Amino acid sequence: MSIARVNRLSPYMFMAPAVVIMAIALIYPLGYMIWGSFRDWAPSQTIGEAEFVGLKNYITLWNDPNFHESLTVTLKFAFFVVSIEMVIGVGLALLLDRDIRGMSMLRTMLILPMMIAPVVVGLMWRYMYHPTVGTFNRTLDSLGLPRVDWLGDHALMSVIIADIWQWTPFIFILSLAALQSLPRSALEAARIDGATAWQQIIYIKLPLMMPVLIVTCLLRLIDAFKVLEVILVLTEGGPGLSTEILALRISRTATEFRELGVAAAMSNYLLLLLMLLTVGMFAFTRWQEARAARIRALAEEDS
Amino acid sequence: MPIIRLDSLVKRYGEVQVLHGIELEMADNEFTVLVGPSGCGKSTTLRMIAGLEDVSDGEIYIGDKPVSHLEPKDRDLAMVFQDYALYPHMNVAQNISFALRLQKRPKSEIDTKVRDVADLVGLTDFLARKPGALSGGQRQRVAMARALAKDSGIFLFDEPLSNLDAKLRGQMRAELAMMSQRVEKNMIYVTHDQIEAMTLADRIVVMHGGYIQQQGTPEELFKRPANRFVAGFLGSPPMNFLTARIQEENGQIFVAGQGFRLRLDGAKAQLAGKAKAGEVILGIRPSDLRFDAEASAETSLSLNVLVSEYIGAQSVLLCECGGTNVMVELNSETPVALGQTLNFTVNPNGIHLFDQQSEEALS
Ligand SMILES: Nc1ncnc2c1ncn2[C@@H]1O[C@H](COP(=O)(O)OP(=O)(O)O)[C@@H](O)[C@H]1O
Ligand SMILES: [Mg+2]
Repeated sequence: MSIARVNRLSPYMFMAPAVVIMAIALIYPLGYMIWGSFRDWAPSQTIGEAEFVGLKNYITLWNDPNFHESLTVTLKFAFFVVSIEMVIGVGLALLLDRDIRGMSMLRTMLILPMMIAPVVVGLMWRYMYHPTVGTFNRTLDSLGLPRVDWLGDHALMSVIIADIWQWTPFIFILSLAALQSLPRSALEAARIDGATAWQQIIYIKLPLMMPVLIVTCLLRLIDAFKVLEVILVLTEGGPGLSTEILALRISRTATEFRELGVAAAMSNYLLLLLMLLTVGMFAFTRWQEARAARIRALAEEDS
Repeated sequence: MPIIRLDSLVKRYGEVQVLHGIELEMADNEFTVLVGPSGCGKSTTLRMIAGLEDVSDGEIYIGDKPVSHLEPKDRDLAMVFQDYALYPHMNVAQNISFALRLQKRPKSEIDTKVRDVADLVGLTDFLARKPGALSGGQRQRVAMARALAKDSGIFLFDEPLSNLDAKLRGQMRAELAMMSQRVEKNMIYVTHDQIEAMTLADRIVVMHGGYIQQQGTPEELFKRPANRFVAGFLGSPPMNFLTARIQEENGQIFVAGQGFRLRLDGAKAQLAGKAKAGEVILGIRPSDLRFDAEASAETSLSLNVLVSEYIGAQSVLLCECGGTNVMVELNSETPVALGQTLNFTVNPNGIHLFDQQSEEALS
């Protein structure tokens, strides 16, 4: 083999072990799930024994109002959680991006919630939401205000609040990192050009942070669609189906209803949804880049 | 245009003081260049005028108004940064018009202004491009255009040409000189490059170590440097310095050192009397030495020629005189051979004398 050829192949050789592990750990279970979703499959059977039923699982789900309900809850949850977290996280980052004494301490404290295990977060909030001895209702009592039925009537809202508490720091630190890597002199130029603090944010900081914000938003969306532990601990999906997000329903379909095939089909719907979202997001940025390039090309033709 | 005045301006970063009471007054419509080696505090001074750095002590006046508590936007100034500081997400037209759009000027006025300014700096064909798709020189022009569009009375430059390659730098320098004559503004220009300072300035302010060393027109500074630092900093190739003593013999004054003994006449001889203990530094610019085989020892240096650097019409000879290196600038046609010891007459007006202790020019 010639040296040039070895040189060309060496990157692939170095990557090969990682690719093999990826294939085993990612592709295999994925294939297994897709394969299983076409079968009427109980946990006591091996996948070979299960009867092949074609698209039946998918069709059943498509017409199942409970599945619709669960999907709606998931979409609602993801939408509210991500948009509120983005606003608070980015807002905090904009507010705290300055050199004041004690700021680094404050920043560290703000990211603490993210470091706590989700199950612990769930337990903690369940205690705080407790109708009689919980922190919130006791506080309301002492203020002479009526109690709130946190995990009953307002279960979805309560679950959303807990998630916001836990995941806003994630957006906060990424936004802060993005902010601190902005070109300092461009911001100084904006100050000289007459931009107020608010105008600097709107016209300079946010547009320049946008690539990071888009990726952050995407990561949070994907995560929000898959959230499980906190809700499991807080409400177990109740009352009724009011907080039964898809991940929870999938897990219950597999364990309680013992319908592995249906659970697999549901997982695939979720996967499809996430993929659409991701592709859509990237297509959007591509489109924006392409549009900018087209404008540039046009301008060059003119000149 | 308002007059800018710096009154005992001091800047401290924590414990470290980097500017020590800068006193400066810039006249109306003047092109002032702050020049000095890297780290001497030029940028800090400029950024304090701009309002980007806090003033630790002293005051800045624009017109008669103290401004050190004002935000940059309230000081009526425009600035060109060393790294251009363009807004990467805006195209050239948007970059140029940003300040005007913030002022909510009518659209037609903004469009006219952008076109005028782009025309002035030669950017008309690039208005729709983002900075990322421009060359260094073009970005430089955008930065310039953006500052021009603002119509403010004061124009600040922080090493605007130092990121360009040598050829482009020369070209932009010439364009800048032309532009500064056309637009009526107070310009303050920071650079470490003495050639830029000499060619652009109405007035040069030489800084070193957080102090102003000297200020004046380029000619004043070149002909009558106030101290050894200024003498050595301005001019290229730099001034030669030789340690020497003043001697008197038969009523005549001589300045003598290792391997030379020059007679001083008239005014120079009187100056020599002011040297403490007769110890001086003799300064002679390379261009004030002229090859002359017949010159007498009292009016010439005899130099051992080590290296000749050919730079076209002129050549620079690196010579040696009593253990000190001496540079001579002369016409390339002059026949000189390396390794020889030759006589070079000293232009009597080109003799500079500095006190050895204080390094101040004798005056
Ligand atoms: N933010 C800062 N903190 C501490 N020291 C600084 C800071 N900015 C500049 N300095 C110091 O101040 C001095 C002058 O800097 P500057 O004005 O940038 O020099 P220059 O003449 O090269 O533009 C330098 O010694 C530099 O180290
Ligand atoms: Mg500087």
